[in-house]
Amino acid sequence: MRIRHLRPLRICFALVFFVLTLFLFLDFRDSGFRALAGEVLFLQFVPSLLEFMDTAAIGAAGFLLVLFLTLMFGRVYCSFVCPLGIFQDMVSRLARKRMSRPGLPGKKQNRSRFSYSRPHYFLWYAILILTVLLFLAGSGLVLNLLDPFSSFGRIASALFRPLVLGANNLVALVLEQWENHFLYRVNLPVFVPVSAGIALVTLLLVGWMSARHGRLYCNTLCPVGALLGLFSKVSMFRIRIAPDACGSCLRCQGACKAGCIDLEKQTVDVSRCVACFNCLAACPGQGITLRNHWRRQVRHNLPAPGRRGFLLGLTAAGMGMVSSRVDAGPDNPVNIVNPAESADSADPVGPVIQSRPTTIPETRTGPISPPGSVSVARFSSLCTACHLCVSVCPSHILVPAFLDYGPSGMLQPKMAFRSGHCNYDCTACLEVCPSGAILPLSREKKQQAQVGVARFIKENCVVYTDNTNCGACSEHCPTKAVAMVHYLTLPDRDLLIPEVTPDICVGCGGCEYACPTKPYKAIYVDGNPVHKTAEKPVEKAVEKRVDTNGEFPF
Amino acid sequence: MDRRDFLKKTITSGIVAGSTLVFPKMDRLWAASLTEGAPAWDLVAVRGGEPDQMFDSGIAAMGGIQSFVPKGSRVLVKPNIGWDVPPERAGNTHPALVKRIVEHCLSAGAKTVTVFDHTCDNWTRTYRNSGIEKAVKDAGGRIISGDSKGYYQPVDVPLGKRLAEARVHEAFLEADVFINVPVLKHHSSSMVTIGMKNLMGVVWDRWYWHRNDLHQCIADFASFRPPDLTVVDAYNVMMRNGPRGVSVNDVVSMKAQVISTDFVAADAAAAKLFGTEPADIRHIQIASDMNLGRMNLADLSIHRIML
Repeated sequence: MRIRHLRPLRICFALVFFVLTLFLFLDFRDSGFRALAGEVLFLQFVPSLLEFMDTAAIGAAGFLLVLFLTLMFGRVYCSFVCPLGIFQDMVSRLARKRMSRPGLPGKKQNRSRFSYSRPHYFLWYAILILTVLLFLAGSGLVLNLLDPFSSFGRIASALFRPLVLGANNLVALVLEQWENHFLYRVNLPVFVPVSAGIALVTLLLVGWMSARHGRLYCNTLCPVGALLGLFSKVSMFRIRIAPDACGSCLRCQGACKAGCIDLEKQTVDVSRCVACFNCLAACPGQGITLRNHWRRQVRHNLPAPGRRGFLLGLTAAGMGMVSSRVDAGPDNPVNIVNPAESADSADPVGPVIQSRPTTIPETRTGPISPPGSVSVARFSSLCTACHLCVSVCPSHILVPAFLDYGPSGMLQPKMAFRSGHCNYDCTACLEVCPSGAILPLSREKKQQAQVGVARFIKENCVVYTDNTNCGACSEHCPTKAVAMVHYLTLPDRDLLIPEVTPDICVGCGGCEYACPTKPYKAIYVDGNPVHKTAEKPVEKAVEKRVDTNGEFPF
Repeated sequence: MDRRDFLKKTITSGIVAGSTLVFPKMDRLWAASLTEGAPAWDLVAVRGGEPDQMFDSGIAAMGGIQSFVPKGSRVLVKPNIGWDVPPERAGNTHPALVKRIVEHCLSAGAKTVTVFDHTCDNWTRTYRNSGIEKAVKDAGGRIISGDSKGYYQPVDVPLGKRLAEARVHEAFLEADVFINVPVLKHHSSSMVTIGMKNLMGVVWDRWYWHRNDLHQCIADFASFRPPDLTVVDAYNVMMRNGPRGVSVNDVVSMKAQVISTDFVAADAAAAKLFGTEPADIRHIQIASDMNLGRMNLADLSIHRIML
């Protein structure tokens, strides 16, 4: 294989990783592909790093492999694996194609080629140091916002996915006019303005930067790029210009998306090279090649501006970190309202009011973290807010939160039971989380993970206010932690009212979702800051299982 | 009578006659009669056999499926597909029964046989794990989603006391023949759920019913479009912890089935099979009071089949 073949090789890998990763976020037909999430996302750097810090295991060692590959070949992660990087490559390729269209008046031909750009080490390393220091201090906010995998995930989940679902619904509608039900309509996910807004801003920023300046984002703002760049400075194989063979045709410089080839000085800034190998393919001869630097044991010198920028960045980030105080814990509880003293329940109710509004708000301790996260604090310390779980949840109950987990937990998902409940047998989110914030519990273990407990507000309940039977909450309860017990006997009806047995409740939200009262529910799930293990439902002695009677009671 | 008078009278009586089609069920009057008379029995009850076998003998006693399904008609078969549980948990209608009914309808020459439910659990999982999706497809029927609001159209419920209007699935409105196939089981607050309660799966907003006197709304909606045939699946019956059940230990093997054109009678008979009095189930009592059907089984002609 010749080195000019490295570019098509890179493109192959990049397409495979990109398509598979994107499909994980966009699959809305429950195809089962999410079972491969662990394999597809094995090499995603930040989630793997976090997972490894939580449980050092082979399955979480993807980032070590990435570091090893970086030490061997440079920043191959950035061009082969990183979905945001590959997305930028697509955008800048499209942008270049449009710019180089012939016949456009006033546009110079060489706008479609890249050029050398000066490094921005100060900003780049300041961000890296800020990210690391904040993380060590307990806040993953900057890491989550800048992690390229998670940024891409949020864009795919909040922006691409609704478009795909909308297109599906449109085509399904058209097909249904011809009695064809090959496609079915799907419900759109819950719209969270902050989440969509941040995703949109990220998309616009990254999109614009890549359309105009190639991989500028990767070499200016991305902390993963900064870190891998440092490693690639000492990598075994590095791209170098061979001064004797180079004819200064400038083709490699024109193809370099990272703007790191300086043909005037005949240097390649390896820390900014994203290992896309465009230059190797562009060179008509052997003017630019891969060299094995370890064999020659050359002492590596940081270019002077780089070192200065690094130290300045360190100081600035340090000052920035000291001057901000970040709280990583959950919000303090708000809206604590003491339920009104209950009136005498035997009083007859007043005149019939259609859909009588309820009066007592729910009291919630804090956000509910998904099953398998063990505790809210643990979840918030590991979740990068990539929104893969948000995308795969079939019931749309994992919803990006804003400040529920504190400022550091911005956009991390919480469970919200307004538009669905956690299906008792479903393990979708448990199968996909790349950082281990949601552990891959078995179905049986998940069915005993108590993420919260149902709480009943009698004064809001239809049975209490209207003296009519309802029972929607108990209907949905998969463990019958919410059971109906005798409440009141009236001349024409026996009234039953819900009673919660907290020990067997798992906090699935079936009761909250089913409760018909508005604006406040009569039964809702209050989250457990530390998840507990629910008891298995107690079963009465098995009665006879076969009705041997055989006669007709009428 | 002169020509003008004649024209006036003919056109007016034509308009009056045609406008009676506004009322539900009047199209029966105008359609060719399906049976020589009413079905032979008010109610057929079968015991001892698999669900498909019981249906074969039960429907034969009722005059055969062709008395209910004309050639070229669009049939809606509405089972209970509420919960994401496998068939042995008896949380949904038995798939073998649904399959047999679809097969009968198609053999009678139905143009399409459609099946759906507005599920309580996640719908793709429920359709799949209940076994009903596969059963319908194997039988040649068409199983469609009930999970999007766009499928539901608003209608008025003229006889409704608490439920004056509802959003109803278009398949329910478009069907020529409507066969209701509930499963008999315990329910957390109405004690049992049978045919009338099964109709909750045809509307978009169930919460409204729970909010506004559930039993009254159940009876109200049953008046909107009574089923042409009700087949109650009592093969496996969930006796407690309904309607979802907690485990197979909640289920009793009863091997029974009830078929009737009178949905109130079918509910009453099934309630008795369960072990409760129909009058104790408030929506059955209300429906009987509204003259939607007959609750008193002693008044009915019942054919009992032991397999």
